[in-house]
Amino acid sequence: MSAFTLLGFGPGGWGGALLVAAGTTLGLALCGFLLGAVLGGLAASAKLSGLLPLRALAEGYTTLLRGVPDLLVIYLMYFGGSAALGVVGGWFGAEGFIGVPAFGVGVVALGVISGAYQAEVFRGAYLALDRGQIEAARAVGMHRGLILRRVVAPLVARDALPGLGNVWQILLKDSALVSVTGLVELLRQAQVGAGSTRQPFTFYLAAGALYLAITSLSTWGFSRAEAHARRGIR
Amino acid sequence: MIDVAFLDATVRTLLGGVPLTLSLTAGSVALGGVLAALAAWGRLSGIVPLDWIARLYIFVFRGTPLLVQIFLIYYGLGQFRPVLQAWGLWTFFREPYWCALLALALNTGAYTAEIFRGAVLSVPYGALVAGRACGMPRLLLFRRITLPLATRQALPAYGNEVISVVKATSLASTITLMEITGLAQKLIAQSFRALEVFVCAGAFYLALTFVIIGLLRLAEAWLSPDLRPRPAARPA
Repeated sequence: MSAFTLLGFGPGGWGGALLVAAGTTLGLALCGFLLGAVLGGLAASAKLSGLLPLRALAEGYTTLLRGVPDLLVIYLMYFGGSAALGVVGGWFGAEGFIGVPAFGVGVVALGVISGAYQAEVFRGAYLALDRGQIEAARAVGMHRGLILRRVVAPLVARDALPGLGNVWQILLKDSALVSVTGLVELLRQAQVGAGSTRQPFTFYLAAGALYLAITSLSTWGFSRAEAHARRGIR
Repeated sequence: MIDVAFLDATVRTLLGGVPLTLSLTAGSVALGGVLAALAAWGRLSGIVPLDWIARLYIFVFRGTPLLVQIFLIYYGLGQFRPVLQAWGLWTFFREPYWCALLALALNTGAYTAEIFRGAVLSVPYGALVAGRACGMPRLLLFRRITLPLATRQALPAYGNEVISVVKATSLASTITLMEITGLAQKLIAQSFRALEVFVCAGAFYLALTFVIIGLLRLAEAWLSPDLRPRPAARPA
């Protein structure tokens, strides 16, 4: 069977399965990115707050998660998650091993990892904020919540965009690591195809090409978004 | 609550993975450095085919996950086993160690190439003109002016890249290499005490990271003689 029929969409072709798996990869990365944005935002505000314990906690979180291999974090979530579920299940009388949903594990792991990186991006963008903007907002009588919503959030989002683009690219490639939990995302699907057809090179090359397509599209999308966000600045 | 005996056994086991992690890091940083220098030179050479080859290399290896690259080399090349055997390369690609090393080197080389290129471009034009005005030939100009200034410029970003290589060596565990993460994964699967093993393994990686950061600080200080305090005036 030639590589084209093998990777095509006809009978015996793996094209459809690979595309669906690429969708799973995208969904996984997107959910992880959103969770990471929440965690990153919280960690950044903790770091910027005056409260020492909060600051120390956030500092520990970002240092640890940025210094430890992502694969190790995924193993922790995967095995630790089922162990924790087993304990909780034990309280309710369940016995034995409880498997955790692999997609959920992947999202939590990617979210926790990318949150540490996003925290630094948000913090940097907040520190780059022009104080005069906030003073001006206060001078026209805006209260804190309104300043946050109308002045701080849009400006921070604009300055954070390039950094967030980098985090997204890293996250997209990290999502391949979730394949170790058995979740059928792009790399795992390629593994399955490689195993059953004994053509590993063809399948990994196809997976690589799909990843390349996704990252290239992301690069293009982020540069468009950056141009749009900076349209008011010359 | 804290099981000291278990932690002790875990640390001892994980310690056995440190040499492999270090050797993979050192090997791939060295080989990746050579690849990066070649690719950066290709990008800066002004020779169109070389420029495009380097661009393609950087684009492909930065745009795909490292795990795909590792699998492509280790499992994928098995598809061409007869050819590789005929060329006498099979003894090399049969070993997971060399495959992991090659994949890591190709991957970090692509990222490092852009760091090197940026650093060379950051050398002030005036410094080059001054060198040329003194009559330096091209190689001497590169050795005395471009190289020291570019090295100093590249160092912080290069340090980050070395640290990410340390973390990336953990992926070698997916092709049966028992470095720190591989051993940790085995221990977790055996004992189901994920958190304790994670803390121990994480501590090893953090310690490695801090050592590298320390070494980089030293290198930076050594390469920035202009920032050192003035030597005390010698008594006449």
